[in-house]
Amino acid sequence: MPVNKKIRELQEKREKVLLGGGEQAIEKQKAMGKRTARERIMALLDENSFNEYDLFVEHDARDFDMDKKSLPSDGVIIGSGTIYGAPVAIFAQDFTVAGGSLGLMHSRKITKIMDHALKMRIPLIGINDSGGARIQEGVNSLAGYGEIFYRNTISSGIIPQLSVILGPCAGGAVYSPALTDFVFVVDNISKMFITGPEVIKTVLGEEISMEDLGGARVHSEVTGNAHFFAMSEEECFEQIKKLITFIPWNNSQKARAFEPGEPKPEYNINKIIPEDPTLPYDVKDVIRAIVDNSDFFEIMELYAKNIVIGFGRMGGRTTGFVANQPLEMAGVLDVDSSDKAARFIRYCDAFNIPIITLVDLPGYLPGVDQEHAGVIRHGAKVLYAYSEATVPKLTVILRKAYGGGYIAMSSRHLRADFVFAWPSAEIAVMGPEGAANIIFRKEIMTASDPDGMRKQKVEEYKTKFANPYVAASRGYVDAVIEPSETRKFLMHAIEVSGNKDVPMPHKKHGLPPF
Amino acid sequence: MFQCHIRNMVFLLFNKCIINLNRKIMDNNDKLGYLNIDDSLYQTRISNKFQNRKSYKPADPKIILSFIPGTVVDIMIVKGQKVSKGEDLMILDAMKMKNKLKCSMDGKVKSIAVKKGDKVSKGTVLLELE
Repeated sequence: MPVNKKIRELQEKREKVLLGGGEQAIEKQKAMGKRTARERIMALLDENSFNEYDLFVEHDARDFDMDKKSLPSDGVIIGSGTIYGAPVAIFAQDFTVAGGSLGLMHSRKITKIMDHALKMRIPLIGINDSGGARIQEGVNSLAGYGEIFYRNTISSGIIPQLSVILGPCAGGAVYSPALTDFVFVVDNISKMFITGPEVIKTVLGEEISMEDLGGARVHSEVTGNAHFFAMSEEECFEQIKKLITFIPWNNSQKARAFEPGEPKPEYNINKIIPEDPTLPYDVKDVIRAIVDNSDFFEIMELYAKNIVIGFGRMGGRTTGFVANQPLEMAGVLDVDSSDKAARFIRYCDAFNIPIITLVDLPGYLPGVDQEHAGVIRHGAKVLYAYSEATVPKLTVILRKAYGGGYIAMSSRHLRADFVFAWPSAEIAVMGPEGAANIIFRKEIMTASDPDGMRKQKVEEYKTKFANPYVAASRGYVDAVIEPSETRKFLMHAIEVSGNKDVPMPHKKHGLPPF
Repeated sequence: MFQCHIRNMVFLLFNKCIINLNRKIMDNNDKLGYLNIDDSLYQTRISNKFQNRKSYKPADPKIILSFIPGTVVDIMIVKGQKVSKGEDLMILDAMKMKNKLKCSMDGKVKSIAVKKGDKVSKGTVLLELE
């Protein structure tokens, strides 16, 4: 039968292309501890959910004898599928085909699936594993990158965009992940940099390994370019799947609701915070004492640890958490933590996720390095992000809320919808020691016992101002609550803010200080 | 290797600044130091970045530093030579540009710290004036 013959022909064609760069190249990929592009897609998506497109696309290079070469699928796999039933568009660069290098048709496949994701309003996942531009294709290759960056930017804030770095991602190629919402890296596999170790050695004479220059750890701990760090590809895929459960498909929807569950009893909210405001504790324990099932999904865990960001659920609904971390650098705001928090606040705002802010900070980090690194500009990002955000904003002042830090951390003045404070809250212009030294300078200096006088004045200031009641008397704090009442108050606040609508004055776009 | 090295350095610095240890947090194998904010001492973990920050030194017009990493391709002066403000001292080849280094003041060349062909990183002392 002629039809069967044609079907067989298709099957044969498919089989040939599905081998990618061939058995040898696949073996090499495996030897590096990496899966092949198709294996990655299969491991990430729901079973049998992947539909592949553009399988038979061929490259378009004519120079340097490239026309004699065949590159199966031109080194990138595109398609769509589901993760826990949620639709996603996906592309994965295939390192076994010409090192996953990006040529014209390769880039057209990527932009095709990006256009598809934007049109269908579904999340886009990009798996990056590429040696970079395909030099033989010249400016067409550069054009390809530019077309991808443009689409990343236009899709930003409309559909979630996730970048997974599972191999090299160097030179201009790094800017696609940098423009997306979340970047996932895996220890010893991910490598990202603008200029590689060889160029650095030639130009500057500085020797550094790829891993130390732009490995997964560096981007998770030092640069802040990556949001999720995993020890294996498997762990990385679990992180992606979990993230997908927390975020909506697009900016006109809310994240899926889950069955609510009470926090675990081992997180006893009454016993987490030491009374002395100078002693540390782990603010993640407070979050776990508040969220459903004590399940807190942290983002950028290793970077700027003095602020904690991540997702949890309240009554089954996704909620973003921003919390000062007294355990790290006393929870101060600085260049890195401001940058980290501001971007997350804007993410939540773009995707209809309410924000809960837990406040306990002594202020901003002092230092020449901070001032010279632009803590003014970076700190302003937090003010901008909170002020601009129109999703429900709920604030709980746990302990210290001093000075500019008080204003920045989702205060009433930046339009928090609900501000709650624990009895341990200290809302003041600065810490009691500093304030007493300034206000009572004369008394302290002229006293017969200056140290005794200072202690007395610090105590005086503490009783008078280091509490939540002055702010509550002005209505800046809506309710002073017991720690054990926190979840109840927050759940109710989220419930009543479900239809929040804040009309903003018309503008093309604002000018956040970035 | 590089990371190990940094970690060890930080560890040493850490040991120096420990004043008191909180038992509960010690269980996490992390050490606490103190941070002074507005005259209050906060017990907390101190970040690597903070430990390794460079202390500020005002710029000295007598010391000429490389403002960019590169290669010294020419030296136009010798030790002891009198120089005047604006005079060309060296050519630093960097980022495909031959950058002329100009003299910052009237004076004399006290010492030259590099020779022709040297690759220098940013902030390397090139020469000293007096």
